[in-house]
Amino acid sequence: MTDKLLTVSPSPHVHSEFSTERIMYDVAIALIPAFLVSIVFFGVGAIKVTLVAIVCCILFEYLIQKFVLKVPVTVCDGSAIVSGILLAFNVPSSIPVWMLAIGAFVTIAVAKMSFGGLGKNPFNPALVGRVFLLICFPVHMTSWPVPRLWDFSFTDAVTGATALGKLKEGVMMGHAVPELMQKIPGYMDLFIGQINGCIGEISVLALVLGAAYLLIRKVITLYIPMSYIFTVFIFTGILWLVNDQRFADPLFHILSGGLMLGAWFMATDMVTSPMSKYGMIIFGVGCGVLTVFIRLFGAYPEGVSFAILIMNATVPLINKMFRPKRFGGR
Amino acid sequence: MPSLKTFSRGGVHPPECKISAKMNIEVLHVPQKVSIPISQHLGAPSTPLVKRGDMVKVGTPVAKTSGFISANIHSSVSGKVANIAEVVDTSGYPRKAVVIDVDGDEWEESIDRGSDLKKDISLSRDEIVQKVLESGVVGLGGATFPTHVKLMVPQGKKAEILIINGVECEPYLTSDHRLMLERGEELMVGIHIIMIALESDKAIIGIEANKPDAIKYLTGLAKDYPGVSVQTLKVKYPQGGEKQLIKAITGREVPNKGGLPIDVGTVVHNVGTVLAIYEAVQKNRPLVERVVTITGKSVKKPGNYMVRIGTPVQDLVEAAGGIPENSGKIISGGPMMGKTLTNLDVPVVKGTSGILIIPLDESKRKVEGNCIRCGKCVSVCPLGVEPHLLYALSKRGDWERAEKEDVMNCCECGSCQYTCPAHLPLLDYLRVGKAEVGKQIRARHNKK
Amino acid sequence: MNNLMLSSILSLSGVGVLAASILYIASKKFHVEEDPRIDQVEGVLPMANCGGCGFAGCRNFAEAVVKAGKLDGLNCPVGGAECMAQVAHIMGVDVQETEPMVAVLRCNGSRKNAPQKTHYDGALNCFAAHALFAGESGCPNGCLGLGDCAVACSFDAITVNPETGLPEVDDDKCVACGACVTACPRDIYELRPKGINSKRVYVACMNTQKGAPAKKNCSVACIGCMKCVKATESKSVSVKNFLSYIGTDVDTESHGPQLIDCCPTSAILGVNIEGSKNA
Repeated sequence: MTDKLLTVSPSPHVHSEFSTERIMYDVAIALIPAFLVSIVFFGVGAIKVTLVAIVCCILFEYLIQKFVLKVPVTVCDGSAIVSGILLAFNVPSSIPVWMLAIGAFVTIAVAKMSFGGLGKNPFNPALVGRVFLLICFPVHMTSWPVPRLWDFSFTDAVTGATALGKLKEGVMMGHAVPELMQKIPGYMDLFIGQINGCIGEISVLALVLGAAYLLIRKVITLYIPMSYIFTVFIFTGILWLVNDQRFADPLFHILSGGLMLGAWFMATDMVTSPMSKYGMIIFGVGCGVLTVFIRLFGAYPEGVSFAILIMNATVPLINKMFRPKRFGGR
Repeated sequence: MPSLKTFSRGGVHPPECKISAKMNIEVLHVPQKVSIPISQHLGAPSTPLVKRGDMVKVGTPVAKTSGFISANIHSSVSGKVANIAEVVDTSGYPRKAVVIDVDGDEWEESIDRGSDLKKDISLSRDEIVQKVLESGVVGLGGATFPTHVKLMVPQGKKAEILIINGVECEPYLTSDHRLMLERGEELMVGIHIIMIALESDKAIIGIEANKPDAIKYLTGLAKDYPGVSVQTLKVKYPQGGEKQLIKAITGREVPNKGGLPIDVGTVVHNVGTVLAIYEAVQKNRPLVERVVTITGKSVKKPGNYMVRIGTPVQDLVEAAGGIPENSGKIISGGPMMGKTLTNLDVPVVKGTSGILIIPLDESKRKVEGNCIRCGKCVSVCPLGVEPHLLYALSKRGDWERAEKEDVMNCCECGSCQYTCPAHLPLLDYLRVGKAEVGKQIRARHNKK
Repeated sequence: MNNLMLSSILSLSGVGVLAASILYIASKKFHVEEDPRIDQVEGVLPMANCGGCGFAGCRNFAEAVVKAGKLDGLNCPVGGAECMAQVAHIMGVDVQETEPMVAVLRCNGSRKNAPQKTHYDGALNCFAAHALFAGESGCPNGCLGLGDCAVACSFDAITVNPETGLPEVDDDKCVACGACVTACPRDIYELRPKGINSKRVYVACMNTQKGAPAKKNCSVACIGCMKCVKATESKSVSVKNFLSYIGTDVDTESHGPQLIDCCPTSAILGVNIEGSKNA
């Protein structure tokens, strides 16, 4: 009946191709190279963990929307998939499945749905899940399988610490950095991804490829990642120049750990990052400073997750302070 | 390649879809019946001068101005006034209009109907303004602001630069593009007339880079007219907005909260208006017809037509091959800022730049989602407001805060809603906010 | 070990006592003297903070009452006579009789009476639709049915009936706060007395167009035919701008059935009136 009638609506009458779904699936697509690299180095473990995380996240979101909140189910918008992938990418491939399920529950139920679902959460859900797991199960969360090229056997892998972990431990024991660097994978390995680490964070190359895709699709802008990485580079660079026996060089810092994953994919999460250009830059700089502080002076070897979560808390304030300049303002 | 000039903040680039760009302007047949609304311009509605049974010719005044910001209205046909009735117009509401039954096509004798170019301008400044006022010329870009008001420079201000708006940034529309190509000579004379009226010695025609033929043609013509030049602009919506165009060409920002282009030494006129001024001043011809683009992806014969004011949209649609099957929406104007029509009897008015027919599958909005705080609306807003915030405030009814957040800055260009990935009706609520806040500001003003 | 416990208990208690005393001093020092009657009046108010009295909230109303010292023009429609009697008792003034009122929708342009001619596809907000066009039925004064009134109502008294497309007021829940009157962009709502035995008669139309165009869009539109004026010859029935209006002082007993029967378009509706065509 209504189909035959002329439609009357306020302008605009056209819409761009942008949609929440497109953004979410673009992020998922952009994470595929990193996923492939992790399969190459961690084998079946990587596939298992990623799939379980995605399925759990979708399932929890569906159940909560259908039976607890009793709102229309929107699992198809892809945000649960992205949360699942990011959660999986932030844990070692050897993590037990049940632990991961708990992490997925915290990610979806606590960090996302309890605030009202997509768009309402103040903190990055995947990072909340990850940090929860890190605090509850520190042993499992910090024993990383050693990468084994093209090994798809189901045997448990040998585990070891990450490059940053080794460095931190060494420095705590009083060793000099140049000496420690001998035992740590070289820059090329860090770049390609042949290192111990979480599933998604190992390969800088794959992550940058994915990020380039997001940039081309205009899903993210350069402001946050660039200011983040640049700050880490400058800050660690200064410390390195001051004392190269105590601090590692800046190149090592930007290639190792979860910085690339964090800067390109987690800090840029639209929901939990500022909206204006200057706000984004401040946010990135804050993340960078906090990351370096935690890495070099904190108890944990890696600080990306904590840094981003802390900066997430400041986003409302940043949004309030950094307003776009009004046209013709006076 | 050097980057082209454009405005600095925000903007979007919707698909251009200029289907009718190559179609010559054709003259549409005189309709059987016209309804000429008495409120076709911004400002006070005009006062009707005719009554039922009166005989009128083309160019006979049917309504006169009722204030400073108002305009004369002339009959666009010859025949008998059938009625002064309420007719649904582009506003979506029934409004008073003069309905005329057409009989023949007789013009007032004072009108020069020849097509020869009259270059010499004999009138003085005040005479030009008077002529424009008499002829009922209004801004033909869409805002329909009475033109004579814009030709009078207020005391103490100077119109350094006259900007001619040939941008036509709305997708689909091509009426201004065709005018520039086919009536270039007259345009140049028209520009000269306005320069005399404004006492300005510099005029810049702003044209977007997607109309290279018009840029080339007008640049060639401009050589013979001192002070006139053409500026190529990057294709970006809403560059045809007055404030954006001034920013793009001169780099100056019109102050917000009631600032006018003249405050930064500029005056902007649309190319259609320039032509109307030429005809009013040189040919003594009131504004009785205008170029209308009829277009749409499924329209059989899209084109540009010279249409008498008051012609029902139906006649225009028939000339373009009728309403295609599965049409969902008929829009007066472009897809970004146009108004949807409720039926086909709506008359073409002075502000109708195009009729756009949208197929059914493109006419429905998508389901709204949650705001994901992506900030895209903020980054595309040409006026630097935060649509997502104003949307929330307006929904909540927090008018005080909405005013503080400069809701009145919004020019309703629709860039925010166009971009919003969650398909939120941002502009709908911004309009609500603007209306409410505007009401409160006026109430405060009246109290004082 | 004991020492540690003791010292922590002592120091924490100390901090507690210190903070408490600061709070105590501050509350004494910065105490604002307030008329105790404000609190008393506020206590008997319904605390709905609906704004029906014309003030921002119940507290503001209580302040206004105490400040004025009398009840002229001050009324809480939500609490009704009972509540105002209590307020009057606190203030020590006479109770002023107020008639109970109810919100009435003066439009009967349901989907059946005023068929849809276009399909609206925009924000579900009457204000936005009102700014855009005359409405799906084409009537420029009729109800848009998008429920701004239902959103504005804090008492859950208004629901939009999906079948008719019109909002319905629940007389029992309606407290006549007037929120719907302000919310409606077309001023369709009117607060009318509930009437003796809830008998009411009113014109359910706001259309000011002439007969023919009004009738084109809606079969129950008032066409301004004057029949109601002639039938009753009552001062409370009048026609202006082709629209009849029945004043709130109409005699429902004698004129009610007459008014309803005389209307050729059934634009006049009655509630609890015998012989009425529409309930």
